[in-house]
Amino acid sequence: MELTREEIAAVAERKRAAYEAVIGLEVHVQLKTASKIFCGCSTRFGDPPNSNVCPVCLGLPGSLPVLNRQVAELATRTALAINCQVREQSIFARKNYFYPDLPKGYQISQYDRPLAEHGRLEIHVPTGGAGKKTRKKRIDITRLHLEEDAGKSLHEGLPESEAKTYLDFNRCGVPLMEIVSEPDLRTPEEAYAYLTTLKQVLEYIEVSDCDMEKGSLRCDANVSVRPVGTEKFGVKTEVKNLNSFRYLAKALEYEIDRQVALLESGGRIEQETRLWNTQAGRTEPMRSKEHAHDYRYFPEPDLLPLVMDAAWVEDIRRAMPELPAAKEARFVEHYGLSDYDAEVLTANRALADYFEATAAKAPNAKTAANWIQTELLGALKEAGQEISRSPVPPQALAELLQLVEDGTLSGKMGKTVFEKMFASGKSARAIVAAEKMEQITDAGEIEKLCGEVLAKNADKVEQYKKGKQALFGFFVGQVMKATRGQANPRRVNDTLKKLLG
Amino acid sequence: MKITRKDVEHVAALAHLELREEEREHMRQQLDDILTYVDKLNQVDTSQVEPMAQVLAPSRADAALRDDAVGPCLPRQQALAAAPDADETFMKVPKVIER
Repeated sequence: MELTREEIAAVAERKRAAYEAVIGLEVHVQLKTASKIFCGCSTRFGDPPNSNVCPVCLGLPGSLPVLNRQVAELATRTALAINCQVREQSIFARKNYFYPDLPKGYQISQYDRPLAEHGRLEIHVPTGGAGKKTRKKRIDITRLHLEEDAGKSLHEGLPESEAKTYLDFNRCGVPLMEIVSEPDLRTPEEAYAYLTTLKQVLEYIEVSDCDMEKGSLRCDANVSVRPVGTEKFGVKTEVKNLNSFRYLAKALEYEIDRQVALLESGGRIEQETRLWNTQAGRTEPMRSKEHAHDYRYFPEPDLLPLVMDAAWVEDIRRAMPELPAAKEARFVEHYGLSDYDAEVLTANRALADYFEATAAKAPNAKTAANWIQTELLGALKEAGQEISRSPVPPQALAELLQLVEDGTLSGKMGKTVFEKMFASGKSARAIVAAEKMEQITDAGEIEKLCGEVLAKNADKVEQYKKGKQALFGFFVGQVMKATRGQANPRRVNDTLKKLLG
Repeated sequence: MKITRKDVEHVAALAHLELREEEREHMRQQLDDILTYVDKLNQVDTSQVEPMAQVLAPSRADAALRDDAVGPCLPRQQALAAAPDADETFMKVPKVIER
C-alpha cells in the first residue's frame, strides 16, 4: 500500500510524536588513491568513458586482482580514527549478483571477516531553540570493510537509449570503504550530525575527498519506527540515494512519516529498498527484495587474506594526525576558548590551522578566535571563498590585531582596516599609513578636541550639569565625528568626564 | 536426499539460469552427490586447523600487495572490442529493466 504525500502528511502530523525512529547509516567512502583497488588503472574523476579500464577491472578471463597497499593503509587509518578494532587477518569475499555495471557478475567485498569492527564516534546534536547548545551522543560503529565500486549505467540521453543501456567502467574497481553504524540514531538531526562528524574525521585524516557531488561519499539509511517506550525494532526499509546533506534529513523525515502513517492506517511495512526521489520529494520502492539478500557470499579465492600485523597498525597509529575531538579539547584547554568557539574553529583542518597560525603571532588567542569567526568567516562566506585561499593570511590578521591591541587602531577602525585588507590583500600597516588612519591617543590633542566640542555646545553642557546624564553619549559622539572615528574612545570618555567635572 | 528440486530451482533463479525439466533432476542428482562427498570430508577432525580459502597461506604482511601506482590501461578501442555490442565510447547492453 502506497499512501500519497498528502495522506502521509495528514496522519503523521497527528501521530508522529507517538513514535520513535531507529536509524542506522551505511556510508560508502572513496579512498584517496591514484590507482584502483585491485589494478593499476587511474581513479581520476571526469576522464573520457571507458578510458581507465583493463582486463582486471573489466573481469576478463585469466586476470587476477592484487590489492593496493595504500587502500589497506588508508582504511586502517580510518578504522583507528573511529576507534575500531582492526582485524589482524581480514578476508575478501565475492558478493554475487547480476547487473550490467558489474562485469564479473560479482563484487569483491568483505563479509564475515571485515577489516575492522566495534568502533564508535561521538557526535554533537543541536538541542534546538535559539541558542548554540549541543548535546553529545555516542554512536557505535558496527564495521568497516573494503570493497570495489561498480561501473556506471547510463539509461538516458544517448542515441539508442530507447533500447539500450550504455556502460562506462571507469569507476569499476575504484576503492571504497563501507562504514556501517549501529541503529543508534533516533532522529534525522542525529543522522545529519553523525554524517557531518564522520566526514569531518575523514577529511582531517586525509583518506577521502568526501565530495558528495562526485560520489566519493555516499549514504544509505536503514529506517524503522516503533511506538515510543517500546524496545522491539519495527520492520526496516533501506533508503538509498541520500547523496547530499540537504536531502539526508528530508528523505529521513519523509520515510519516518510514511512508516508512521502506514502503520496508523492499518498497513504493514514491507522490508524493501526504497529510493529517494529528489524531484518528487519522496521515497519510492526500488525493487523486490525477494532474492536480493541471497548474495551467496564466499571467500574470494583470487586474493590472499589481508594481514595487518601489529607493527604496521602501530606505524599507522603513530602517523595519525590530531583528530577533531582532541583538537577541540586542546583549543579549550590551551587557548582558553569556549566549547562553542573551539567547535566552530575545528570544523575543518584548514580553519583550525588558520586559527593556530594567527594565535601564534596575535597578542591574544581569544580575540583572534573572535575576529576569525565574525570578520573573517563572514567575509569569506560573502565572497564565496575557501579559508585556504583567504586574501588575509594568518600573519596579516595577527599584525592587525597587534595594532588594535596597542591602541594604534580602535576596534571599529580595525574592522574597517580588515575590510580593506580583505578587498586589496594589502597589510594592515600599509593601509593605516596610506589612509592616515592612525588612532589619536595623544592626551593633549584629545583634551583640545574635547574642549572644542564642549565649547561649541555650551547649552548642552548646561543641561548635562543640571542632570541630563544621557547627553554624555552625545559629547563622545561629537568628538568621534570631529576625528572621523580616529580618537581613542576610552581616552575621549575619560577626558570628557574630567572636563565636565 | 540433501538437495530438493526446489533448491535447484532457487539456485538456478539466482544464477539467472533456465533449466529444462530433465536438467533439473540431473542437477539435483549431481549437487546431491557433491554434498554427500562434502559430508565425507566433514568426518575429518579439523578443529585444530585454520580454514583456508586460498592455496597460498599468507606469510608476510606485504607479500600480496602492490604499490599505489597508475599503470597502463587498455586502449579504449581494444577494451570495447571484446563487447558483443559497443560504439566508439560505450559498451551497450539491452535496456536494463528491474526484475
